[in-house]
Amino acid sequence: MTPTMTNPALFSVEGMVGVVFLAMVALTLTGAVIACNSVRLVRSVAGLILCFVGVAGLYFFLNSPFIAMMQILIYVGAVAVTIAFAIMLAAPEQKKKLGPMGPLAGPLGFATAALLSGSLAVLVWRTDWPVREKINDGSVKNIGIQLLTDHMMVFELISLVLLIAILGALVIARGGREG
Amino acid sequence: MAILNLYNELSTFLILGALLFGIGIYGIVTRRTLIGMLIAAELILAGASLNFMAFNRFAAADPVTGQVFTLFIMAVAAAEAAIGLSIVIAVYRHYKSIDAEDTVQLKG
Repeated sequence: MTPTMTNPALFSVEGMVGVVFLAMVALTLTGAVIACNSVRLVRSVAGLILCFVGVAGLYFFLNSPFIAMMQILIYVGAVAVTIAFAIMLAAPEQKKKLGPMGPLAGPLGFATAALLSGSLAVLVWRTDWPVREKINDGSVKNIGIQLLTDHMMVFELISLVLLIAILGALVIARGGREG
Repeated sequence: MAILNLYNELSTFLILGALLFGIGIYGIVTRRTLIGMLIAAELILAGASLNFMAFNRFAAADPVTGQVFTLFIMAVAAAEAAIGLSIVIAVYRHYKSIDAEDTVQLKG
């Protein structure tokens, strides 16, 4: 895939693909900013869902429709709903305001984040990443084969981790119910 | 560089991942509630996954490994969300608050 240096026509197929990509980028960044800056936690979860849908679109652009679908299923369908449940269970009508922790936390946090992501971006920009030849097509079939051969041990361990996490969540959330 | 061809560049996705990471760090530093911090942590994980997927698409020899790694990140993030939120609920039962400044003692 050689990157071309000229814009394709806006109403050609490539142009519309580019527009959809820019829309996905905007969705991701807008959702992330809403998730970190809204005052009410429910809106923050809504921003998180927006961001995850945008990231799923980006995965689609990265030739992985399977991972994009998993992103929507797991993050939007499970994690975001779990967080929404926790907000309904644990967050009362907030009496105190939810703003930043102190007068300095906002600017200092922004400075830290800007420094981190800016330096990472400069690093990305200056590095010449080596490109290797592909050895397979990365299809769902190949994912399944490698998941059950090369990554077998990790696959089993991940299921064990999930089981223990579910049990631990039950134990932690149950304790103190009687008290 | 053509703006409508940005999706064919590795650095676009890497910079997006860095931006998501930075926004997540900002959220973790400035958020007051524990659930807000968890949401920001999810953003950081999304940025890391985006990096893996970008290298998987553009640079890696085997385009399966990055996808498998992203699947594992998703599983670990689901476990982290379950445990973290149950801890938040337990903290709320004990302190009647999910403010990170109220939960100053960890024992009992």
